[in-house]
Amino acid sequence: MLPTPSTAHVDLNRIYEPSEDSYLLLDTLSSPSETAFLTHRFSQNSTAAPDPAPVVLEVGTGSGVVLAFATANARSIFGRDDILAIGTDVNRFACQATRQTVLGASQGHNDNSALASKSGGNTMLLAILNADLTNPMRLGMVDVLIFNPPYVPSSDVPEATLSNAKSTAGSFEHDSQLLTLSYEGGVDGMEVTNRLLEQLPEVLDCERGVAYILLCQQNRPEEVVKRIHDWGEGWSVEIVVRSGKVAGWEKLCIIRIWRIQEATPF
Amino acid sequence: MKILTVNFLTCAVKACKSSPLSFPLHFQDAELEQSDIEYNAAFLRNILPRVDWEALKITANELGFTTVPIEKPDLTPTSTATDKNPVRLPINTSEPQATDEKTMRDLHTLLLETEVREGKMVCGNCGHEYKIKEGIANFLLPSHLV
Ligand SMILES: [Zn+2]
Repeated sequence: MLPTPSTAHVDLNRIYEPSEDSYLLLDTLSSPSETAFLTHRFSQNSTAAPDPAPVVLEVGTGSGVVLAFATANARSIFGRDDILAIGTDVNRFACQATRQTVLGASQGHNDNSALASKSGGNTMLLAILNADLTNPMRLGMVDVLIFNPPYVPSSDVPEATLSNAKSTAGSFEHDSQLLTLSYEGGVDGMEVTNRLLEQLPEVLDCERGVAYILLCQQNRPEEVVKRIHDWGEGWSVEIVVRSGKVAGWEKLCIIRIWRIQEATPF
Repeated sequence: MKILTVNFLTCAVKACKSSPLSFPLHFQDAELEQSDIEYNAAFLRNILPRVDWEALKITANELGFTTVPIEKPDLTPTSTATDKNPVRLPINTSEPQATDEKTMRDLHTLLLETEVREGKMVCGNCGHEYKIKEGIANFLLPSHLV
């Protein structure tokens, strides 16, 4: 088991705390099947020639535990530690917390000193951006995208806009709205995830791009998978893990969506 | 926020994405901070293929960095050590390694060690300003631009 980054500094009144879904992402990214997939995909062809460093984007970082885990354990997960990490979150407090979590995990400024030795200091946190989904990203720049969305079905989704962020800043109302943004997903819990899915073809690298998205049973993962199958031949999708309480409503799964190269004729 | 970041970003307004003017975003009133990161030639070499060089030159110029080479350093093993490219040889006869090392170390400083703490990034297409506070850039848009 790879160590879990410390999130002791995270203000739980304002930021989604690491939960069952977060830990499922950690377990999945470090599982033998996914590390084999990712290591194969991002392995360096030769030590002599330059080999583009992968950009890892986590959307909606919250506490930052997932991005911190992925960067601090890059060697184990991706088979290389020259990772460029970027995070986005609509919640400015989450952005600040994420930066602290990621830097803490990769520099060993936390309880898990084992984390520090893993990365060798090569993984690079580029920025945590206060942004909605992948909005500020240039086309085709992301190699690995990770998303633990607000997936709980709700009557509506609060708008993540500048005006909303400003009007209530600093109040209890603001804090609770920030928390709401981290889990309320609108109709079928899919409204935010659907917007992200629309952005994937634009933002993912056209050869190496891969995305991990967490879904709950009420999101109807089988239907989501079917829809992505319709994207065409350049794409593949698979449910890579299922977990959670079978009887309870929060049965979780993680889908992997990745670009595939069309077969080249001999 | 590291300087290299802006090479991966564009305006968050959807209508701007297709405009070449939306990349790179332009720094204004930027306050910089240097951090100390161990120089790693292999890491830097794998970062350079990802860098849009023309955009980087614009960014570096806006931030007052004058040491960015006109052309992206060619790091393929064949071109640095062999005599396939005789034009380069007269220039590089004295301490060619030192020159390359200096260039790479300057790039390390610019791309990885320099953080933008305060300031803003401005879209060259729509003029929207994205503020940077305490190292975190705000790309949330007002409702009418979403
Ligand atoms: Zn714009």
